[in-house]
Amino acid sequence: MERTRIVFSGSGGQGVITAAIILAEAAVIKEGMEAVQSQSYGAAARGGATRSDIILSNEPINYPGVLQPDILVCLTQSVYTQYAGIIRPGGLLLTDPHFVKPAKEADAYQVSVPIYDMVMEKIGKPIVFNISMLGTLFGIRPLFNPNSLMEVIAERVPKGFVELNEKAFTLGLELGEEYRQDF
Amino acid sequence: MTKKIKFVQGNEACVEGALYAGCSFFAGYPITPSTEIAELLAARLPQHGGTFIQMEDEIAAMSAIIGASLTGKKVLTATSGPGFSLKQEAIGYACMAEVPCVVANVQRGGPSTGNPTHVAQGDINQARWGTHGDHSIIALTASNHQDIFQMTVDAFNLAETYRTPVILLFDEAVGHLRAKLEIPTEGELHVVDRLRTSLPEGVNYHPYLPREDGRLPMSDFGDVHRYNVTGLFHDMWGFPTADPTYINDLLHHLVDKIENNVKDITRYKEHFMDDAQYVLVSYGSSARSAIHLATERRLRGERLGVLELQSIWPFPKELIREKCDSARAVLVCEMNMGQLTAHVRAAVRKPNRVFLANRTDGKLISPLDIKRSLRMIQGRGV
Repeated sequence: MERTRIVFSGSGGQGVITAAIILAEAAVIKEGMEAVQSQSYGAAARGGATRSDIILSNEPINYPGVLQPDILVCLTQSVYTQYAGIIRPGGLLLTDPHFVKPAKEADAYQVSVPIYDMVMEKIGKPIVFNISMLGTLFGIRPLFNPNSLMEVIAERVPKGFVELNEKAFTLGLELGEEYRQDF
Repeated sequence: MTKKIKFVQGNEACVEGALYAGCSFFAGYPITPSTEIAELLAARLPQHGGTFIQMEDEIAAMSAIIGASLTGKKVLTATSGPGFSLKQEAIGYACMAEVPCVVANVQRGGPSTGNPTHVAQGDINQARWGTHGDHSIIALTASNHQDIFQMTVDAFNLAETYRTPVILLFDEAVGHLRAKLEIPTEGELHVVDRLRTSLPEGVNYHPYLPREDGRLPMSDFGDVHRYNVTGLFHDMWGFPTADPTYINDLLHHLVDKIENNVKDITRYKEHFMDDAQYVLVSYGSSARSAIHLATERRLRGERLGVLELQSIWPFPKELIREKCDSARAVLVCEMNMGQLTAHVRAAVRKPNRVFLANRTDGKLISPLDIKRSLRMIQGRGV
């Protein structure tokens, strides 16, 4: 696998950091890849802008920052405005119309997927939004076996919530597949 | 046997290394960006029969680990810049009383409370001279999780071998980075146990009477032997003395036991160094960017190498001279105003060929930052 650089961005409380950790952990523990995950870390917590960088590779990873992501997820208008320009030409730019009104043009495969509305309609609990976002991303572009992600999610959440998260992940996966594009 | 693989922060790699080395006592006062070390040990130590104490401040924490070490425990405290400043007096006490202990300093921006949540490497000289008076010290560092684990184990080993405080100079970027860690199996890494006196109860024990090899066997304080421990210059019984001979001998001993063993203590890695015309000297998270750049430029035929230091103190002067003297230029990559650069300059024959590539704004120095500095000194413009 080529080196894949990913940036998840949004606001504190949306679960973008947790989603980033789950993705990178699954790559390392379940897929035997190399991965690093870092995050911008400030005094701001809930409501502040958050960003997490992930690099997946089969080679050792040294510098852990992402300058030009192959995959960029933006979950607020402000981080969209801030980061849309850094996407690698031809990369995947994923947003959600509930949070972001995307610009008409981007030098990337730009998809606006109504993940939030789907979560609220079919599950009714916004807490699993980030898990559905991960599912959607893997529906559009399966970076590795989605079951690996689900295994990590099951290990991380309390027993009583595994089923809920499984449902959120599967719904996201199915939603994302509608937007899949072959490269 | 398959190894246990974890996906963890660098701070957790330090915790795993400490437990592997036999750490059974931690006292600390939480401070960003080192807090995870205390947090995880609060959960893990009791499971291993160890003790975790959150103290009222950093001074108390440092004092507590010194006391616990004297009773026979392998001990750790963790902090960052402001806390490291507070610990200096007690670190000096541990140097003077020759108490094995490990202090992890996950560096953030300073001086003062500085830049709590962002990376810096500004405590290099503080680790050496933060406490007053002539003494020597050991400080190790690491750029990745496997090395954090290894250096933490080594820190405990060196603390026991030389009866000295050992500083782990990590930094925010690698401390908070999540990455893969393979936990070595039991016995895979060498672990140095406490050297204890063989003298039985009822026989006088001299805590500062060296064996033939110069090492000082310890007796667990509060067990069968009574002895004195002091921060004053002392004789072989541990009692204060103002005798010039004793003072001179002890001071020389404190310095020589480390400075005479630089080779044994020095730890480093070479990346593409065989035919390097330009040498990047780096350490900690800065080294990740140096290695990244060298890997990339090698593909384009540039003869660029990286000398990654894993031990900072005692400063490996001879190693620096050996590896850097034939280079066209040496670029020290660090996140401070040139603290290590000055020591590299002092070590080489042509100090005007040593340059600094730094970043001091709280952002991790990037391969591009280093490349720009390199191109400037090569006269090729950025």
